[in-house]
Amino acid sequence: MRYLTLATALSLPMAALATPDPANWDAVLAEAEGQTVYWNAWGGSTTTNDFIAWVGDRVAEMHGVTLEHVKLTDTADAVTRVVSEKQAGEDSDGAIDLIWINGANFAAMKEADLLFGPYAEQLPNWQYVDTEDKTVRTDFTVPTEGYESPWAMAQVVFMYDTADIDAPLGSMSEILDWAKANPRRFTYPQPPDFLGTTFLKQALVDLTDDPAALQKPVTDATYDDVTAPLWAFLEELTPTLWRQGRAYPQTGPAQLQLIADGEIDLAISFSPGEATAAIANNQLPDTVRTFVLDKGTIGNASFVAIPYNSGSAAGAMVVADFLMSPEAQLRAQDPEVLGYGTVLDMDKLPQADRAAFEALDLGIATLSPAELGNVQPEPHPSWMTRIAEDWAARYGTGQ
Amino acid sequence: MLRHVPLLTLVVMIGPVLAGVWGTFLPAFGHLPGAGLTGPSLEAFRALLAWPGLGQAVWLSVSTGILATALSLGIVVLVTAGWSGTRAFGVLQRVLAPILSVPHAAAAFGLAFLIAPSGWLARLTSPWLTGWARPPDLLIVQDPAGLAMTAGLVTKEVPFLLLMTLAALGQVQQHQRLKTARSLGYDRVTGWLKSVFPAVYRQIRLPVYVVLAYSMSVVDVALILGPTRPPSLSVQIVEWMGDPDLSMRLTAAAAALLQLGLVIGALGLWRLAEIGAACLGRAWIETGQRGGPDPALRIGGIGLGALSAAATLLALLGLLVWSVAGFWGFPNALPDAFTLRNWDRHGPGTLEAAAETFLVAGAATGIALVLVLGCLEAEHRSGRTLTTRGLWLLYLPLLVPQTAFLPGLQILLLSVGADVGRGPVILAHLVFVLPYVFLSLGEAWRAWDPRIAVVAGTLGAAPWRVFWRVRLPMLLRPILTALAVGMAVSVGQYLPTLLIGGGRVATLTTEAVALASGGDRRAIGVYGLVQTLAALLAFALAILLPALVWRNRRGLHV
Repeated sequence: MRYLTLATALSLPMAALATPDPANWDAVLAEAEGQTVYWNAWGGSTTTNDFIAWVGDRVAEMHGVTLEHVKLTDTADAVTRVVSEKQAGEDSDGAIDLIWINGANFAAMKEADLLFGPYAEQLPNWQYVDTEDKTVRTDFTVPTEGYESPWAMAQVVFMYDTADIDAPLGSMSEILDWAKANPRRFTYPQPPDFLGTTFLKQALVDLTDDPAALQKPVTDATYDDVTAPLWAFLEELTPTLWRQGRAYPQTGPAQLQLIADGEIDLAISFSPGEATAAIANNQLPDTVRTFVLDKGTIGNASFVAIPYNSGSAAGAMVVADFLMSPEAQLRAQDPEVLGYGTVLDMDKLPQADRAAFEALDLGIATLSPAELGNVQPEPHPSWMTRIAEDWAARYGTGQ
Repeated sequence: MLRHVPLLTLVVMIGPVLAGVWGTFLPAFGHLPGAGLTGPSLEAFRALLAWPGLGQAVWLSVSTGILATALSLGIVVLVTAGWSGTRAFGVLQRVLAPILSVPHAAAAFGLAFLIAPSGWLARLTSPWLTGWARPPDLLIVQDPAGLAMTAGLVTKEVPFLLLMTLAALGQVQQHQRLKTARSLGYDRVTGWLKSVFPAVYRQIRLPVYVVLAYSMSVVDVALILGPTRPPSLSVQIVEWMGDPDLSMRLTAAAAALLQLGLVIGALGLWRLAEIGAACLGRAWIETGQRGGPDPALRIGGIGLGALSAAATLLALLGLLVWSVAGFWGFPNALPDAFTLRNWDRHGPGTLEAAAETFLVAGAATGIALVLVLGCLEAEHRSGRTLTTRGLWLLYLPLLVPQTAFLPGLQILLLSVGADVGRGPVILAHLVFVLPYVFLSLGEAWRAWDPRIAVVAGTLGAAPWRVFWRVRLPMLLRPILTALAVGMAVSVGQYLPTLLIGGGRVATLTTEAVALASGGDRRAIGVYGLVQTLAALLAFALAILLPALVWRNRRGLHV
């Protein structure tokens, strides 16, 4: 009899079934108790690290789940790990239970069947998520289909030191003009760093005449025409950059240090509250403020995903669900903590939670939701890949 | 049992290296079943050749490696030639010895802050001397030629080579040779170079090769101080290993084989240069020329040695100041305010990482010590000493670039079902710890007077009793020093911990390098200091314990 059950189980299609089943939440909670969840998340930001530690404390108190933050230098390391494990036949208890994942890695892992799910839309706190106005069901135009759950909204802002720049700059052309007038005072993280490619996308979105083309996969026919304004822009911008573009900061937060050191006056950020948090941590001078471009800036959600071979999928789902809870979202939005945008819909929240969000003081350098203005959609990921490759060929080598 | 220990040691030490190279070899030729790829194909090499940065990355690896090695060796030779036996030399030696245990990553962070245009040196001299109200736009750190990276390597390799040279000096009768040369009318430096250096170099040849192989393939120092457009080949390998596009792993494997080839080629080149230098040197010796720029060489030697030591010490001081810094803008020489907040924030995290670090280092060093003692005792009883070939085997794990075999080893460990985590990391550390413990302990062990064992034997002690009751206690100091060396080596390991631990093993070094990418100098300061303290702690114990144990038997220990 046992063999029969096993045979039946083996013959079932794997993809449609997530075990444990997130729809049966009590069973998930029971299974999660006592599990250890290894969350692989980029470890370069000390404020994020502190937040993750707090999440660990909370899920341990509430559900008996132990959360270990595996600090990565690059999210792709986690993908590599899962691939190695699949290669080695480690299909049931891999090293990674939860990944803070970005669009390109998500697309790669989803396509290679390396993800657990679908689970996200069955989580209890999904009911509060803003599925209308926030891009929580697509990741860089790729449908998430429940294989990753959102936990923060990000939007491009520019941090500038008001001691050196009088007024916000309204467009990429204005940034170029300013850079020409003030050479060596601006730079951006070196692609393929995530924020570096974001800068390129932001420039492209702001400069292109054909924004609609960016929502479709890139083709050889469209690529040259659509990206021509970007390369023209970079040709002019690069000689005016910090170190004349001969070196670049390697990550986003490395730019904070450059501003604090007085090496640059302007930097891109994908987190509207980052500047306020950094001022509180002495990482930025208190003269720094933020602005967005007149036409709006790119925004997207941060997601977590669970690898197919996680041995603690139940625990990982508990963490993913907690990340979407009003409690965690409120803390993440607190500028003293992270200053990340929430993924929740204020109208769906219970009154008390909504009031707590409204009472939050966003801090001196953070724009209000109204000031953040228009959110531009992310281009299709194929654009990013192609542009990053092109950038590497043009500027990535050849000192 | 004891007879088999040398073989076991060899397997533990060489096995992972060979297996790892094999595991790299397969994907390089297109074989990666987990990604649905089966070889053989040359696609990976084609992709590697198509990478526009290849030429520069290769040149960077070769040039920084050779330059760092030549500079380190040059400084050590000048210092030793000009100053060995003097009080200044003793001071320098005492300062450099602890610097040896400062982890590469911590030293590199500190150095980066020291020499950057907005770094400490610029702050200390601005604006009153330089006139800079803002940092100048100079490409010092991450310079395209890799000079900052070379400097970072030199500050760490000088102490290593100096200690190796000191050990060698004891075996070549330096004083007799030098006395003879001086009595023939040679100056100090010239005399040393002509009479002592040839014999010393023969002894330190392998350590020099280790420095060359290490410098060419270093990852953590290159990440912190090296250029980025493109980075050195080893950094690029690690980046490709982490690319979401799986075919890049094949490129990484191909590049790893290239890296291996480069190191072998550079070692060959160095060997040729040795032969050339020997010919020239012999001709120079035969001219019998006396005199030369002796005083200048002496001052240059001690100056460079002191500079190298001072850079590291200042770098560590910089880490300390950042760890307690409030806001600290340019060009202020010191922070606006001092605060313990950074320690509050990061202290608990460092303690956790420190516990993991000590666990791994303790286990790896403990196993290494048992194996090494077993080997040495087996050697002593059988009367066979280590051959030159055996010495090469001992150095093999240090000569094969880490980026060439660790990726393959990771795949291999997974495929035999070894659970990722601490255990495999300890074994991977063992590969690097074993040679150093062996080298550190071997000489003292062999120098022990065997007549003491004969005396103990005639008094009725069995060989094991002699081992436990006489030899081990007498050799307590070198054993503890070997342990400290092993601990320091383990504490500093970055790539083995990262790749073999699957990220689950978070040591001070992996945490510190991860933080470095974020550029938060306060966090880096805290982690870098704790990392350095972890490495120094073992050395402190190695000095204190024998003093305590032998406080009333001072004549007994070695």
